[in-house]
Amino acid sequence: MSPQLAVRVSGVTKDFAFGEERLRVLHGIDVSVRAGELTYLVGESGSGKTTLISIMAGILFPSAGAVEVFGTDLYTLSDRDLVRFRLATIGFIFQQYNLIPSLTAAENAAVPLIAAGTPREVAVAQARELLHRLNIGTQCDKLPRQLSGGQQQRVAIGRALIHAPRLVVCDEPTAALDAGSGRRVMDLLRDVALAADRAVIVVTHDNRIFDLADRILAMEDGRITHDGKHMPKDH
Amino acid sequence: MKWIAIRMLTGDRVKFAGLVFGVVFSTLLITQQLTIFVNLLLRGAAAVHEVPSADIWVMDPAGRTPDVTVPLPATSLQRVRGVAGVAWAAPLMRAGASVRTPDGALEPVTVVGVDDATLTGLPRTVQLGRRAALREPDAVFIDAMGARRLFGTERGALDQRLELNDRRAVVRGIVDSEPTFTNSVMLYTRYANALEFLPGSRNRLSFILVQAQAGANPFAVARQITAATGLRARVAGDFAQDGIDYIIDNTGIPINFGITVALGVIVGIAIVGLTFSLFIRDNIRQFGALKAIGVTNGTIRQMVAAQSALVALIGYGLGLALAIGFLELGRIYSDAFKGFYTPWQIPLIAAVMVACMILLTGLIALRQVLRTEPAEVFR
Repeated sequence: MSPQLAVRVSGVTKDFAFGEERLRVLHGIDVSVRAGELTYLVGESGSGKTTLISIMAGILFPSAGAVEVFGTDLYTLSDRDLVRFRLATIGFIFQQYNLIPSLTAAENAAVPLIAAGTPREVAVAQARELLHRLNIGTQCDKLPRQLSGGQQQRVAIGRALIHAPRLVVCDEPTAALDAGSGRRVMDLLRDVALAADRAVIVVTHDNRIFDLADRILAMEDGRITHDGKHMPKDH
Repeated sequence: MKWIAIRMLTGDRVKFAGLVFGVVFSTLLITQQLTIFVNLLLRGAAAVHEVPSADIWVMDPAGRTPDVTVPLPATSLQRVRGVAGVAWAAPLMRAGASVRTPDGALEPVTVVGVDDATLTGLPRTVQLGRRAALREPDAVFIDAMGARRLFGTERGALDQRLELNDRRAVVRGIVDSEPTFTNSVMLYTRYANALEFLPGSRNRLSFILVQAQAGANPFAVARQITAATGLRARVAGDFAQDGIDYIIDNTGIPINFGITVALGVIVGIAIVGLTFSLFIRDNIRQFGALKAIGVTNGTIRQMVAAQSALVALIGYGLGLALAIGFLELGRIYSDAFKGFYTPWQIPLIAAVMVACMILLTGLIALRQVLRTEPAEVFR
């Protein structure tokens, strides 16, 4: 596998069971995500983009097919090794931020390091440095409820990046932000998360930020229907 | 990660307080009710504990406890004294009577007639008055609680006259006696006086108190007394247990206290279980995010265990302190709690029950977390 390839998805299908009925939400997806690129996964609600990114990130088993992340075949790993792999390799940014309400911004950002066994004081100190780089250094000791949506999203970005993951997956990171804040968040992500050996995948249907992508994968009914630098006008 | 778990829990102050309250409530109820229960039971043995010099209690074969007696003929005393292995034997009378209080009301009392010569049967501690004053004509000693009940204060009871079954009695001393199950006023007098205060049938001797000769086995001496006299002879420890067993077998107290303790546990489980479930539900996305990030199920288990342990420790500590405080206040302000104490086994039992409660509710909460798929945070 080329070192330039961050994620390779091969023949992935995903079925969900509803009682006796089975609903196929992904139909044999084959796609690759290259390192050094900001890749968007776009589409209408129900198109399968969240399911696909969950499978790419190793938190949802596919019904069939394989996913390699930087050369590691995720779903051949044991549960324990898969969890360890995620902790070491993947950073997550969620639409609702999912920050822990009783931890300060710095403590929230330090969670992945603490989970990996870094002493708390060391982890929080590193998180403070990172939050300074993310321009919210003055908010380190505030609780999430004391921060604006944009500031909370920066803390969430800090949490996703604190352990220097090679792959960052983001779910609608700008959905709760105004246009200006959304663009600033995406610029920030590009600045701090992207590198020649790193990749960022963003699930979004926020067309205000489409122009910031290096590559856009559009999905419809569980299939990838477009792959390019720009969104086609009829999409 | 345990630190994060604790911060998650304590950060939600309302639910944290609810969880602690549930454990406090259960601990308080379990400890307080078991303490009262045990101390009430022990009162069934109070009369035996009050005469530590007696190794053996001898009674009519139908006698069961210090409070359930069948009078013996006076000659029984001499027969017991003649049994090999008996160092000494003394008579003891316990009978109910009524005294007229200073305000004219009738108050039920227990009259205890002790050995004229040795005063065996009198409580060890005479709080006010001289022990020898019991030898004066018509002299009675009253227990401190009875003195307060009849005369307001202990000192105020000294030298007061009482009308006891139409006879004059004079209070010459205040003794510190162990409260009995019925908590009645105790009047101690010499056996000869008691016979005068309590006229009745020929047989009025309630018990014969026996001390075994030095080196003699009290159980063997008790068997010899039974064999020689046909009377029931019980070693003091066994007779004390008889008093406790009688209360257990013949009253609804164990069931009532058992129900209260069970309610404490059930309500505690309900409060803690419900609050824990709400806490987990409110934080399920955070737990899901942690699992997605790469926190293992083993670590999640440790986090929930740390949260449960914190709630248990704080709740148990506060509950125990409240229970002990309640008991201390009761002892200060009410004679009903005189002599009450909390045996070490009760906090241990409460700890085990709280541990089971927390384990159960913690497992239910943990099940919710473990069932959460990390992918759900993306939905």
